[in-house]
Amino acid sequence: MKRGFTILAVVTAVLLCFGLYAALIAAPTEQTMGNVQRIFYYHVSSAWTAFLLFTINFVASIAYLLRRNTTTDIVALISAEVGVVFCTVVLVTGPLWARPVWGIWWTWDPRLTLTFALWLIYVSYLLLRRFSTSSQAAVLAAVLAVFGGLDVPLDYLAIRWWRGQHPAPVIGGGGSLDAHMWYVLLINVAAFVCLAWLLCIVRYRLEVLKREVEETQALESLMEAGR
Amino acid sequence: MNSMHYLYAAYIATWVIHGVYLAILARKYARVRKEMETLRK
Repeated sequence: MKRGFTILAVVTAVLLCFGLYAALIAAPTEQTMGNVQRIFYYHVSSAWTAFLLFTINFVASIAYLLRRNTTTDIVALISAEVGVVFCTVVLVTGPLWARPVWGIWWTWDPRLTLTFALWLIYVSYLLLRRFSTSSQAAVLAAVLAVFGGLDVPLDYLAIRWWRGQHPAPVIGGGGSLDAHMWYVLLINVAAFVCLAWLLCIVRYRLEVLKREVEETQALESLMEAGR
Repeated sequence: MNSMHYLYAAYIATWVIHGVYLAILARKYARVRKEMETLRK
């Protein structure tokens, strides 16, 4: 287990370094936007990773509602938390790309609005998990996550269904991406997915340890009361 | 601002966000481990 984690950490570090080099140096410069288009490699990779994590959260939440299993509850919690981190990257890199290209930081375009809504839903989910004192907090959060999960395909398909400021989708959007750009994008997607996996493992161990501490403290309090 | 500044800002922001999250995780991990050790004693 420990060896597997080390291998994953090394693979992630190598992929991230190579992805950074490929995105900033090796990838061809886009003709219309110039070098600023290189933000694309981090922006799109983060978006796909966030979508993947929110989908995992959706599946784990449904599984938790059906089985009330602790593992599925932890998987739902950690995938939402790491997903919010990647979604934050999307919401920060997006305006930094939009400003020099569109001349504006933000517009209430369907894709941008739905991504912001997605981020808000999962931040609410995490706040509910963090501050609710109800014993039903995990169930309430799972129900919220099921509704949040429905925003993922809506957000993904927004640029196909409604025409807005956001560019056409990379896959099946009618646009053509240079083969070298595809290669650099896939390297960065792989790097970010590995990073997300690594963060999820660390977060999972932390959550298990935290629950062990809480259970031990509760048990000690009961024993103290019994004396 | 030069368009290259936006490019650098986006890449730096990405790493700052991940770095801050990792630092938060490391701090929480250290705190929980300490609590666990105290309970074991």
